[in-house]
Amino acid sequence: MLNSSLQQLSALIAAKKISSVELTNEFLSRVKAQNPVYNAFITVNEEMSLAQAHAADAMIASGQGQPLTGIPIAQKDIFCTKGWLTTCGSKMLSNFISPYDAGVIERFNTVGAVNIGKTNMDEFAMGSSNETSFYGPVRNPWDITTVPGGSSGGSACAVAARMAPAATGTDTGGSIRQPAALCGISGIKPTYGLVSRYGMIAFASSLDQGGPMAKSAEDLALMMNVMVGFDTRDSTSLQRASEDYSRDLARPLQGLRIGLPREYFVEGLSSDVASAVESAIAEYRKLGAETVEVSLHNTKLSIPVYYVLAPAEASSNLSRFDGVRYGHRAPEYTDLNDMYQKSRAQGFGAEVKRRILIGTYVLSHGYYDAYYIQAQKLRRLIAQDFSEAFKHCDIIMGPTTPTTSFPLGEKSGDPVQMYLSDTYTIATNLAGLPGMSIPAGFGSNNRPVGLHIIGNYFAEAQMLNAAHQYQQVTDWHIRIPDTLNGL
Amino acid sequence: MQWETVIGLEVHTQLSTQSKIFSGAPTTFGAAPNAQACAVDIALPGALPVLNHGAVERAIRFGLSVGAKINSPSIFARKNYFYPDLPKGYQISQYELPVVAGGSVKIQVGGAGNEYEKTIRLTRAHLEEDAGKSLHEDFQGMTGIDLNRAGTPLLEIVSEPDMRSSDEAVAFAKTLHSLVRWIDICDGNMQEGSFRCDANVSVRLLGSDRLGTRCEIKNLNSFRFLEKAINYEARRQIEILEDGGTIRQETRLYDSDKNETRTMRSKEDAQDYRYFPDPDLLPLAISEDWVNHIRTMLPQLPEARRSNYITEYGLSSYDAGVLTSSKEMASYFESTVELLPIQAKLCANWIMSEVNGRLHKESLDIAQCPVTPAQLSLLLLRISDGTISGKTAKDVFDAMWRVECNGDADLIIESKGLKQISDMSEIEKLIDDILAANPQQVSDYHNGKEKAFNSLVGQVMKATKGKANPSQVNDLLKKKLAG
Repeated sequence: MLNSSLQQLSALIAAKKISSVELTNEFLSRVKAQNPVYNAFITVNEEMSLAQAHAADAMIASGQGQPLTGIPIAQKDIFCTKGWLTTCGSKMLSNFISPYDAGVIERFNTVGAVNIGKTNMDEFAMGSSNETSFYGPVRNPWDITTVPGGSSGGSACAVAARMAPAATGTDTGGSIRQPAALCGISGIKPTYGLVSRYGMIAFASSLDQGGPMAKSAEDLALMMNVMVGFDTRDSTSLQRASEDYSRDLARPLQGLRIGLPREYFVEGLSSDVASAVESAIAEYRKLGAETVEVSLHNTKLSIPVYYVLAPAEASSNLSRFDGVRYGHRAPEYTDLNDMYQKSRAQGFGAEVKRRILIGTYVLSHGYYDAYYIQAQKLRRLIAQDFSEAFKHCDIIMGPTTPTTSFPLGEKSGDPVQMYLSDTYTIATNLAGLPGMSIPAGFGSNNRPVGLHIIGNYFAEAQMLNAAHQYQQVTDWHIRIPDTLNGL
Repeated sequence: MQWETVIGLEVHTQLSTQSKIFSGAPTTFGAAPNAQACAVDIALPGALPVLNHGAVERAIRFGLSVGAKINSPSIFARKNYFYPDLPKGYQISQYELPVVAGGSVKIQVGGAGNEYEKTIRLTRAHLEEDAGKSLHEDFQGMTGIDLNRAGTPLLEIVSEPDMRSSDEAVAFAKTLHSLVRWIDICDGNMQEGSFRCDANVSVRLLGSDRLGTRCEIKNLNSFRFLEKAINYEARRQIEILEDGGTIRQETRLYDSDKNETRTMRSKEDAQDYRYFPDPDLLPLAISEDWVNHIRTMLPQLPEARRSNYITEYGLSSYDAGVLTSSKEMASYFESTVELLPIQAKLCANWIMSEVNGRLHKESLDIAQCPVTPAQLSLLLLRISDGTISGKTAKDVFDAMWRVECNGDADLIIESKGLKQISDMSEIEKLIDDILAANPQQVSDYHNGKEKAFNSLVGQVMKATKGKANPSQVNDLLKKKLAG
């Protein structure tokens, strides 16, 4: 059961072979038993989860079941969830019970999915290893001495360790794809604007995008069908005709043109990742795809551009956490400024502070033109690289990350090394393009490698098709860590 | 040394939308604290702004009525600073591309007689959200925060430094005040803070073309305070300069109790607001169709109405200005003059003096005037057809104000017996009696004493209890005396 796909669980529930309450209880006990090892969840609330499961069973009984009705889904703790502690991985919000539901949470509630718990994450989604969480690091199920990636590390771990059949994540510079790759699961960041940001606590508004994390492309498609949709409460939400993301899964890949960016296969890429990705590409050729070399000239600029723009937006987005209306307020202070300073000094962790400082700096008078404006110009160039590349190919592939998962603590003292782990993923956020990671074998020490798939705007169905066809002929995505054998 | 004061104004007008500029919460004034603050206004984690197009529509209406350029795209920017009543830690405003760019407003300065017209150029007008309110009383050493006002839509109108006296600044502020109500984008209620001014004041030697260092006086919420604050500030700056000092650029507050301005913060303490485009709001595209549609819905503007009054009714520029100070005033005048077109000047005078004076005395709005334009025009008709004198008319007007006889002038004249005596023979007889009884005055008159004549007129008027037509009495008396 714990190893079943969403598709299978959905069929079992629809056929009334198992109730949502039974399924929810099963996952809750699994979480209870395993979470102390992995620390994937910040909040588990059996009572609320089971209330939803009962409601889901009633929906099914009255014939109103939908594909995800009654199925437990882990929710990243960045999504405001009514009545649930919603911390965003920060001490700042360690006392914040959300009075409202995010757009994404509403959509899951509407179809009767069950919230199985709120997953751990890097503080305010700032991090690539889940080590910046106020609630402590998450462990990678493939090797608990290594990181799960971040910032959606709790969600990735929950799925990989079979504590939830699927989870939500958010991706500002790779926060869905990088942990998916490091934990050996599948994850997709949709085109910017497809998934509502309403109630999704903002890190960098122009880059943030919610998306699903699951065991397979097929499951991701089911999740996308729920998560994607116009929301009038988010001005950047796109109003488009609704799509069935499962519609093209079965399509053969004959003639698919895969672009391989020259810049993604050079120095910095570790050899074990390179060879796994190359084997995956070879598999695609066997499936009838063609490969063409493309160039994304400005790839090298992605990280510097990102680390100007994302902190700039973050420095402003995080200003609302001032201790005045909710969240952490210093217990003692002498005046207003002292209250601000102490509350924020105590409430935010080091990485968040670093980014607020960088962001404040680049927006300051005298530096704005040199940093922020310049970065915006380069952002357009980076996006142009992709539109140029897509003239020659249908889809782009490469490694999701330069290395497999790394030991806890290895990079946490060196922010630049940490930032480099998002080398390949950041450009898609800057361009607003959809990006995806699927398991593509293992590197040294049996750590998972992710294959990165970048599509053109709104090409999610095509990307899911490419991923699904690969998953029909490979079994990387159904492999589980040895410690999980026997599930 | 002769000094010249240079003034530019920033006027914050609260737009008359039902809901806030970036949320659906209502904007009604006076609700219980925080009863009108939703997730967006409180800036809960994850809450996002959604632009109220009603606010944009009003900004465009303003832009079109001052002949400005409507920018498309227009960009919303974040102005970052910390304050407890600023929930997001930034205000959503506009910086580089405001909705309204340029434009100008014509003002009439000075009273009847010494008035002149001047054109004040506008720099821009941009949309922004208001902050909440900090309440320092009632909380014993703590501060209360009321976020009802947070997110209320404002249009900040910024002028060029084109004004040279507090009179001009007040005239400009009044013209804007009347315009924003005329085009129905703001209720103009200054007590509730719907219309408030910041004044940038500097002085320079007359003839100089360089601007002096300016001080900004914040939050002036009455025309009188605006005038006094500017006068005080200009004097203060001149005194400093004449003593050989220099002006520090700073923001100042006006204390109306002491009638002085004092430092709020100096330029050195000025914050770096770190403006940048708000990534939560896409660039605002304003289509030409939308602008054209709004243009067709605009009422005729006061300026056009004013020149109509001058050419059509022969009113003075000053009178035309007073009568177009609000749409209600203009429509009162027009409804009155429509029934009495050949007496436009009489209508204008009465509305400006009697009607306005009375309204002012009783703090009423013209919309609340107990005398309707139709009733007033009947009264004025009775003046012009000689039924009553202008003096008697004032008594009739008083009665109309009290809604005696349903405000019907004819019934009042009738019931009080105020009709003028126009029967010549009756007046002739009276005059004969009075001349016979006053031989001294008659002889004084013949000896060239003008006063004696006036005294005789007075006696005739007294004898008729004011009901004789004074000019008739004059003519008759002269005829009789002559011979």
